[in-house]
Amino acid sequence: MRIVLSAARLCLVLLAFAAAGGARAKVFSPTVTTLSNGLQVVVIENHLAPVVTQMVWYKTGAADEDAGHSGIAHFLEHLMFKGTPTVGPGEFSKIIGRNGGEDNAFTYYDYTAYFQTIKSDRLELIMKLEADRMQNLALTDDQVYPERDVIVEERRQRIDGSPEARLVEALRYALLVNSPYGRPAIGWEQEMEKLTTADAIAWYKKWYVPNNAILIVVGDVKPEDVKALAEKYYGPIPARPVPERARPQIAPLPGAERRITLRDPDIHQPSFSRYYIAPNFSAKTRKEALALEVFDEIFGAGDTGRLYLALTVKTKVATAAGSSYDDTAVDPVAYSIFASPAPGKDIAAVEKGVDAVIESLVKDGVTEAEVTDAKTRLEADAILARDSLDGPAHAIGEALTTGQTIDDVENWPDEIAAVTRDDVNAAMRKVFGKDAVSATGWLLPMQGTKAPMDAVEAANKAPVASGAFR
Amino acid sequence: MRGPMRGPMMPFGRLFQLVAALALLALPAKAAFQIQKVVSPGGIEAWLLEDHRIPLMSLNFTFRGGAALDPAGKEGLAVMTAALLNEGAGSLTATVFQKELADKSIALNYGADFDNFSGSLKALTRYRDRAFDMLALTLTKPRFDPDAVERVRNEMITSIATNIGSPNWIARRTLMETVFAGHPYARPANGTVASVRAIGLADMRQFLKNRFGRDQLLVTAAGDITPAELGASLDRLFGGLPAKAAPFSIPEVSAEAAGKTVTVVRGTPQTIITLAEAGMERKDPDWFAGQIVNYALGGGGFNSRLMEDVRGAGAKKGLSYGFSSALTPYAHSGLMLAGGSTKNATAAEVLDIVKTEFGKVHRDGITEAELRDAKIYISGSFPLSLTSTERLSALLMQLRVNDLGIDYLDRRDGLIDAVTLDDAKRVSQRLLDPAKLTTIMVGQPQGFDKAAEAPAKP
Repeated sequence: MRIVLSAARLCLVLLAFAAAGGARAKVFSPTVTTLSNGLQVVVIENHLAPVVTQMVWYKTGAADEDAGHSGIAHFLEHLMFKGTPTVGPGEFSKIIGRNGGEDNAFTYYDYTAYFQTIKSDRLELIMKLEADRMQNLALTDDQVYPERDVIVEERRQRIDGSPEARLVEALRYALLVNSPYGRPAIGWEQEMEKLTTADAIAWYKKWYVPNNAILIVVGDVKPEDVKALAEKYYGPIPARPVPERARPQIAPLPGAERRITLRDPDIHQPSFSRYYIAPNFSAKTRKEALALEVFDEIFGAGDTGRLYLALTVKTKVATAAGSSYDDTAVDPVAYSIFASPAPGKDIAAVEKGVDAVIESLVKDGVTEAEVTDAKTRLEADAILARDSLDGPAHAIGEALTTGQTIDDVENWPDEIAAVTRDDVNAAMRKVFGKDAVSATGWLLPMQGTKAPMDAVEAANKAPVASGAFR
Repeated sequence: MRGPMRGPMMPFGRLFQLVAALALLALPAKAAFQIQKVVSPGGIEAWLLEDHRIPLMSLNFTFRGGAALDPAGKEGLAVMTAALLNEGAGSLTATVFQKELADKSIALNYGADFDNFSGSLKALTRYRDRAFDMLALTLTKPRFDPDAVERVRNEMITSIATNIGSPNWIARRTLMETVFAGHPYARPANGTVASVRAIGLADMRQFLKNRFGRDQLLVTAAGDITPAELGASLDRLFGGLPAKAAPFSIPEVSAEAAGKTVTVVRGTPQTIITLAEAGMERKDPDWFAGQIVNYALGGGGFNSRLMEDVRGAGAKKGLSYGFSSALTPYAHSGLMLAGGSTKNATAAEVLDIVKTEFGKVHRDGITEAELRDAKIYISGSFPLSLTSTERLSALLMQLRVNDLGIDYLDRRDGLIDAVTLDDAKRVSQRLLDPAKLTTIMVGQPQGFDKAAEAPAKP
């Protein structure tokens, strides 16, 4: 059984899309233009089905929020559906649905993106709608404040009601000291509750301009048609200056070991996690990041990685073990490790096992054969990733909103091919070696450091008949 | 964000999956897709969508008969057997087998639900031959090495221990045990700690012997493979299996516990509300009328009434991140489901709003405009998900599992168009009686008195 790929891993695979046989192909071979107002337009053809996806990515997200205003980036994302002078509140999604399409949006630390998927003959409709709300959003209190209740409910549903998510929130805050990546992307509840209509309008005016956006169109379309429609609908929107993305840097606090234990009555199965500060795909650390991507394949791949083989196949202290590399970001972020103790095994034994794998790697490094195999896999996964519509759009959008260029994306296969064993070992030792900065999390039941199997078994027998019901 | 959770570091979005999507997706429209029927020299049939633009292909195969057939006390047998089939076969131990799959980027997976035991393969054309060899080995010579068996058993037990405190899992299990009491669908397909511990090697071998028969086998494929290549491969893959599987039958069942409310008290900040009553099987002649009514009620995201009622802007709204509904079919039953969550203080209010909306549609049906919008969406959104070979192959498998016919894609739009307002009203009366809803609440719901647990106002 394979461990589910994390977001970061998946993006890596999508980015990998390339290199069929002999000479290494470029990654997406997109058609790229920039309108006179600064809007970057990227088109990728895919004619498998008569369908098109439009995405507009803004280079702003939760990490751009001012202290005290956490949650505003995500709040505005919700409010972008509340109408313009020509499209009523909530009408946007209704129009898409009435045309047989689907739409949604998402916010993360470095970007906010909006997308629609629809029959390809409706491309003009969705471009007209998206361009309209890029410039004409009209917000009123009676629309804004009920939506603020919605985002607070969303936080309750996704964070407060989930011990796993609460531990991740606490670990990021402990590790990413002084960095906006240490705050929750959805915001702190007490700050979300105080966000105002004026805050939302100010955020919109500050960041939502064509020169701060990327339009990505993927599907059964011709690049020249897309360009003409983009000129028609997005072209007239005036550019405005956008502030620098001022980002306080992480204060690493060397030597300060951080450990967080979260106990919760809903937890019966302990789990181990650890986050390390790691380089990102900025120009300065790009080479290290590429080497770490190869390393991640060797170390954390489900069923075949060093961690899985050591912890679940050999010593059998865990039933799952893997890693995730959050590399596509404006600033350095996190490399994370997770593992679940096997029934009857103590979480301390799992941590010891993880440490042993890391120690041996730091001491002896990875092997030449491991590097070759990992690179071969990344290359082949690349072709598999072409078999998708939204994958390429996500990969390009994430790259371009976090300081990379189209050339960076297109040259990725050549750069991966050039990674050497020495590169991998050097990058790995920088993350895990003597200067490592990490935060370790233990998620535990109310008592002890193992799964209480007797209690699990009892609760498992017949939930409906148990005493917990009234 | 719609779509599956991507883990704790996923971006936050406007809406994500609200009701566990056990439902088969609404099936497709226009045949921009030419399905070919391929019959092997040995008589094994497969449906194929040929497309050579990307050098890879996807294959799906299903044996009818799944976890509902697990022996009492051995729940989890079908799922555990499935998990072990790619853990080593022939002379290849699990580690060697998995490494070769990874090195060649071959995706080979098995799974089981209540009604079916299924496998899927995706491989680059350059590794296709080897992928077929490895698949054939899993079908005829799975190893079941003791190490792999214990590892998978522990993985299943860990996963039960993880789930058992999860409020969503509790809501789901409680619902299934309540509405399907006494039927195999009430039992957990992933087993219990005790049942997973009780499963032995002989059970798994016997399971395969019973289930793997060519008379219960369905095969589909999509991508870079010709009919001739597929035809020849079918005998190589499945020709070695017995002609007939062991006979089996699962009784038909309708949702029980109409009007009953079960509350599971948990210390969470929200109450998860799940509602269910008898739904439809996929073969029901009113299937699309049901889909249309469901879209208007709660299946259409921001285009549906329940979302507008509990989330839309205006006075007394913003009560929830979302509320949705779905028609979930099984081979021998079907459920009309609705669900969402809200802070504990507004649980009673939200439940009342939702039941009242059920009551309105039950009494009056849907409007002309809702009928039109739902038809456009259900027809038009069909091709949106068909953007990869694995999705195309999986779609063909849905057509086969549900006996919809090879010409179904050509007929689908017509079936949707034919639904009238009267049909929608008839189906609303059948599916949406608020008095028949079973209510499951997990959390610390507030605002209830005795009367609130009685059936909602008509």
